[in-house]
Amino acid sequence: MDIFNLSMQAVLGQLLLGLVNGSFYAMLSLGLAVIFGLLRVVNFAHGAVFMMGSMLAWIGLTQLDLSYWIMIIVAPLLTGLVGIAIEKGLLKRLYGLDPLYGLLLTFGVTLLLEGFFRSFYGVSGMSYNVPDSLQGAVDLGFMILPYYRGWVVLASLTVCFGTWFLIEKTKIGALLRAGTENPKLVQAFGVNFPLLVTLTYGFGVALAAFAGVLAAPIIQISPLMGSNLIITIFAIVVIGGMGSIMGSILTGLSLGLLEAFVKVIYPEASSTVVFFVMVLVLLLRPAGLFGKEA
Amino acid sequence: MNRNRMQYIIGALLLLALVLPYVAYPIFLMKILCFALFSSAFNLLLGYTGLLSFGHAAFLGTGGYICGYVIRNLGYPPELGILAGVSCSMVLGLVMGGLAIRRQGIYFAMITMALGQLAYFFFLEAPFTGGEDGMQGIPRGRLLGLIDLQSDITMYYVVLFVTVASVLFIARVTTSPFGKVLFAIKENEPRAISLGYKVDRFKLLAFVLSGALAGLAGSLQALMLGFESLSDPHWTTSGLVILITLVGGVGTLIGPIVGGVIIVVLEQKVGDIGTWLYHLTSIEWFNTLGESVSIVTGLIFVICVMSFRKGIIGELQDRWKSP
Repeated sequence: MDIFNLSMQAVLGQLLLGLVNGSFYAMLSLGLAVIFGLLRVVNFAHGAVFMMGSMLAWIGLTQLDLSYWIMIIVAPLLTGLVGIAIEKGLLKRLYGLDPLYGLLLTFGVTLLLEGFFRSFYGVSGMSYNVPDSLQGAVDLGFMILPYYRGWVVLASLTVCFGTWFLIEKTKIGALLRAGTENPKLVQAFGVNFPLLVTLTYGFGVALAAFAGVLAAPIIQISPLMGSNLIITIFAIVVIGGMGSIMGSILTGLSLGLLEAFVKVIYPEASSTVVFFVMVLVLLLRPAGLFGKEA
Repeated sequence: MNRNRMQYIIGALLLLALVLPYVAYPIFLMKILCFALFSSAFNLLLGYTGLLSFGHAAFLGTGGYICGYVIRNLGYPPELGILAGVSCSMVLGLVMGGLAIRRQGIYFAMITMALGQLAYFFFLEAPFTGGEDGMQGIPRGRLLGLIDLQSDITMYYVVLFVTVASVLFIARVTTSPFGKVLFAIKENEPRAISLGYKVDRFKLLAFVLSGALAGLAGSLQALMLGFESLSDPHWTTSGLVILITLVGGVGTLIGPIVGGVIIVVLEQKVGDIGTWLYHLTSIEWFNTLGESVSIVTGLIFVICVMSFRKGIIGELQDRWKSP
């Protein structure tokens, strides 16, 4: 079966790539939504911490000889700690002010992080080899599935739905949701709310770094890789709205797939299709697909 | 008292602006002027209407590319090039603003950023812009058929005149009844709505005005430099204009100008400062500072947001108000 003179195999390969990208989108917009829910801060630095995850994985492998499997744990932890420091040292003092200041601060942090890594590693792309245990591919009959891509999709979906479960179905999630609705009341019940906020930010940031490590063997690693991504993520967040966890996951995945699909039928538009969808959503349903506020 | 001191500052700045081209490099001074105008336009939106646009670089790029195209490819004189650049920026402002005001606050910023990126992709792909190479060789020509712009000094005074006129125009807008309504929207939007103002129309008009003036800055810059490149519509420029306005003072008339002077000079000199620090401390790393200016701009950003939210002029105004 052929679509536009392309073999089914190639199309499915593209869609798999779309699913891979979509799972990065999902993880990042999920983190943004979780952070925004509790802190009312749009974390511009999300792209930069994604980059930090990749860079740390690369530094770990090339300079310290630490394997992928070690760095996939260590990099998110380290980045999460940096996140906690940012929240405790800087963001904390901006609560109660116009939320725009949070965006501006994290924008400044982005420039700092980018400039920092740039001053050591320049701007040229670096590559990271797929770990030995995930080399190769399996022929599924209708398409060829490289093990690594399968692992990325599996790992990110697990993390996404794990987060969803954590927030929607557990006690700590109930606290978080309550904090989103009314922080003062939650505090009155004896919950250490500031700690909850700090940990939430750290968690959201670690999630982005985890995505960064997952992405390291697939994309070109460079200090600037995060900033173009964050703008796409913003468009995705505008499309989906930041009110719903499941909404963020589904929007992220479907836009990744859509991007891949457009790449097959009209490659020129694949980098801009997300923005056009955003325009369309703004015209037809300004509140966003899963949004509540007008 | 307060008013008088501000007038002294403005007077001193103007006097300085008049004599500087004989002392300093005019192209560099024009760059500062263009960014001062660009930031003033941006400030009309953030400082006087309360809307944070994260996509203003699109206007600078549109002004520059359209002006360049009309002069270089179509062979029209500079004034028509500038007019075309400004008109296209207005249309872009109408589209971008029309879309972005459908959401409030933080979403407004994200939407403008995404639309700005869309504009960037357009300039990257469009056949007339020269893509990564940029648009080269835009001739300055003769303004209105009378003034030959070849000399940098003449060009400088034209840019200075347009910048001062635009800033006066912004001052007029913000003190007009229209400007008061914008300010009311900034302070309390629901109240402005309940008073019967069609808030969306006011916001859109402010956005279009700001876009047009930013486009004017872009047109002038392309004309005086003779080229236009992708760094103008890039999102980093949107960040830069926010920084300039923040450093100078959001919602003050001359804040963006003061901020423009400081940030443009700083960006240019960071490399030298780094080398100097290296000689002082002999830490090798300082030498790389010129390559990664964003460390410095990021740092200033963080400091401004944390403890200097009123900016230089805002702080001065506060100090002079209280005895």
